[in-house]
Amino acid sequence: MWTYIKMLEYPVNIKTTNAKLATAIMSQLGGPDGEKGAATRYLSQRYAMPDKRVCGVLTDIGTEELGHEEMVSTIITMLTKNLTMDEIEKSGFAPYYVDHTIGVYPQAASGVPFSAATIQSTGDPLADLHEDLAAEQKARLTYDNILRLCKDEPDVYDAIKFLRAREMVHYQRFGESLRLIQDNLDSKNFYAFNPAFDKGENCL
Amino acid sequence: MENMCREDLMKMIQSTNFTVIELGMYLDTHPECPYALSTYEEACHTLKTAIKIYEMKFGPLTIHGVETDNGWSWTATPWPWQKGCEY
Repeated sequence: MWTYIKMLEYPVNIKTTNAKLATAIMSQLGGPDGEKGAATRYLSQRYAMPDKRVCGVLTDIGTEELGHEEMVSTIITMLTKNLTMDEIEKSGFAPYYVDHTIGVYPQAASGVPFSAATIQSTGDPLADLHEDLAAEQKARLTYDNILRLCKDEPDVYDAIKFLRAREMVHYQRFGESLRLIQDNLDSKNFYAFNPAFDKGENCL
Repeated sequence: MENMCREDLMKMIQSTNFTVIELGMYLDTHPECPYALSTYEEACHTLKTAIKIYEMKFGPLTIHGVETDNGWSWTATPWPWQKGCEY
C-alpha cells in the first residue's frame, strides 16, 4: 500500500522553457535506464527476494523511484510550459508535439516508448541484484550525460544533480544487499545458483 | 515552526523527509547502527510535527490529513507540478 505526499522529494522550480532539453531529459522518465523502469524493476523483484532486509531495500528504493518519476515529469512539464508554435518548430520538438502536444509521455530521448523489455525480474535474487547494481550505474551515467547538456540552465542542473546523487546511494545499498544474500548462501552452492528456487535439489 | 511561512516550512518538511528516506534505506542494511537509529528517530519526530503544523495552516499533504470543515480541501491547493506551487 502506498500513500501519496503532495510535494516533490526535492524542489523543482524552472522559470524558462527549453523544449530541446525536455526531449533529452524525457529519457530519464521512459528511457531504457529511466525512473519508470527502475521503479517497476525493484517493485517487481521484491516478491522473489528471500531476505527481509533486502525486501526493505527494494521496497524503499522502488518507492523513491516513484518520487523521481514525479520529479522528472515535473521538470518536463516546466520546460515545455507556454511553448509557442515557433519554438516548437525551431527546437525539434515537433515530432513529440504531434503525438502528445505538451503532455508527459514515457519515452526515451530517441522517441522509443517505455518498455518493460528494458528491465528484468528473474526470480533469482543474485541475478536481480547484479542487474540492479548495473541499473543504478546506467541511470547515473545518463544523468551525467544530461548534466553536460544543461550547464547553462542552473535550475534544471540543480534538480538533475540531486537525482544523480541518489543513483550513487542506491548503488551502495544494492551492493550491501548483494553481500547479505551472498553471506547467507548455502556453503555448497559454489556457483551461486538461484538460492530462491534450487533449494532441495540442483537443476542439473 | 508555528511562525514559519509556507515556503520555509515546506523546505523544512522536504529536507527532513529526505533525512528519513535516506536513513531508513541505510538502516535496511545497517539495522544496528546506533547513530543512524537515533538520528532517524529525531528526524521522524520533527517531520511529524512539521507536517501537522503545515496541514493545519496551509492544506493537506496526504489523503489522511484533509480538514473537512470547509469542504474537500485535498484538491483546493495546487499540485507539485503546477504553477504557483514551486516546491
